Amino acid sequence: MKHLLSVRDLDRDSAITILDLAEDMAQVATRAVPKLPTLRGRTVANLFFEDSTRTRLSFESAAKKLSADVITFSAKGSSVSKGESLKDTTQTIAAMGIDAVVLRHSASGAARVLADSGWIDAPVINAGDGTHEHPTQGLLDAFTIRQGLHGAASRGRDLDGVRVTIVGDILHSRVARSNVWLLTTLGASVHLVAPGTLLPTGVENWPVTVSSDLDAAIADSPDALMMLRIQSERMRDAFFPHDLEYARQWGLHDERFARLSPDTMILHPGPMNRGLEISARAADSPRSMVLKQVTNGVSIRMAVLYLVLSGATTEAPV
Amino acid sequence: MPARTVLQQADIQRALTRIAHEILESNRGGSGLILLGIPTRGVLLADRIGAILDGLEPGSGVTGALDVTMYRDDLAHQPTRTPSPTRVPDVGIDGATVVLVDDVLFSGRTIRAALDALNDLGRPRAVRLAVLVDRGHRELPIRADFVGKNLPTASDERINVKLSEIDGEDAVEIAGGDA
Repeated sequence: MKHLLSVRDLDRDSAITILDLAEDMAQVATRAVPKLPTLRGRTVANLFFEDSTRTRLSFESAAKKLSADVITFSAKGSSVSKGESLKDTTQTIAAMGIDAVVLRHSASGAARVLADSGWIDAPVINAGDGTHEHPTQGLLDAFTIRQGLHGAASRGRDLDGVRVTIVGDILHSRVARSNVWLLTTLGASVHLVAPGTLLPTGVENWPVTVSSDLDAAIADSPDALMMLRIQSERMRDAFFPHDLEYARQWGLHDERFARLSPDTMILHPGPMNRGLEISARAADSPRSMVLKQVTNGVSIRMAVLYLVLSGATTEAPV
Repeated sequence: MPARTVLQQADIQRALTRIAHEILESNRGGSGLILLGIPTRGVLLADRIGAILDGLEPGSGVTGALDVTMYRDDLAHQPTRTPSPTRVPDVGIDGATVVLVDDVLFSGRTIRAALDALNDLGRPRAVRLAVLVDRGHRELPIRADFVGKNLPTASDERINVKLSEIDGEDAVEIAGGDA
């Protein structure tokens, strides 16, 4: 695997390979020494042009567990404020000697631009580009759902017949997009629930069903219910009348949570707006996978870093 | 030059039985033994030796698998390898006598990686090495404690170990080379 830019580049087998590899990585965490020497001497550059807590720390932790060195760049407090471009910033960091780039950027397609540009040779891992994709989040959600259903017997399995409902701000959500493509690739059926204003144009061409009725979706008892964050920072218009209105119509509040099937897993990519899209009781319940998602994120990112960094560095002569 | 069969099913079975006896003899019994096979065929051989041990001394054939992919020194020079699962008995390997099992001992680099991997799992009392075939050409100061068959080879020859569980038959073949 040269880059990881979009889950749409993954077919079912390669997605399952990554999930299975993440199972091995998760096992490492249970050992006396929870660290592997695999990427010793390699340097991973985390380039974060947009704020992030868990993704940045998760990639950093994953790289360190594989013994790679990590350098981290945050746009805030950097020369980006002086007008330095993506090209100049990445070339500057590449000149310091790096083996892989983890890129978070507010522009959709930024990772693809960097990978195709020829500005740097290193493999690029997309850690979220605008409203386009967040591939490792999709992978860790698929991993979490697979483990929730099959536990220790997860290895090698796909998600055939699994029903996942994604609720909320689909329009601005790269998490939703990566999940829709990856989960359907793995055989799951995906149902979207959102107010009409928070659905992207063209959603009718996605391999999903769509409605605006969360109560009906809950009565349908899906295997997993994924609540998305309301992304206030990307909302320049009024997409719904009032926060309270949103919470009542599309939030997982206590009363809805009480009606939810006991077998339904609750996922949230974080950070949570408690009281808006999810109530504290739902978020802290045993059915909530939120912290498991964070733990699994490290395993998934270890697997991805291994796959982009372990192969032959130069193409073998044919 | 076609592949030449050097060990047949009965030879392999005899070699594994002898190795099992030698393990028991050097360990002075079957207590505290853990056989860890190195994927892919080492795991199958460990299971077979474990079954023989169980027959000789019930309960002594504790087996597992030790994947060494993440510890190899040639990861940057080979196509990406997909690791196999590591299985270690729940009690762990601390204080146990671990016998590493592999099909072919060649450069010794796989065993070097296995020793590093073991280091991260715990601290065994002793580590031994059992291989079905020792073909020479060591690149590291590593030797096997239990050897099924010493096969002097040229470095451009290939040793193919076939086991019925995945290859449909038991055989060890030498292929390639000028001779």
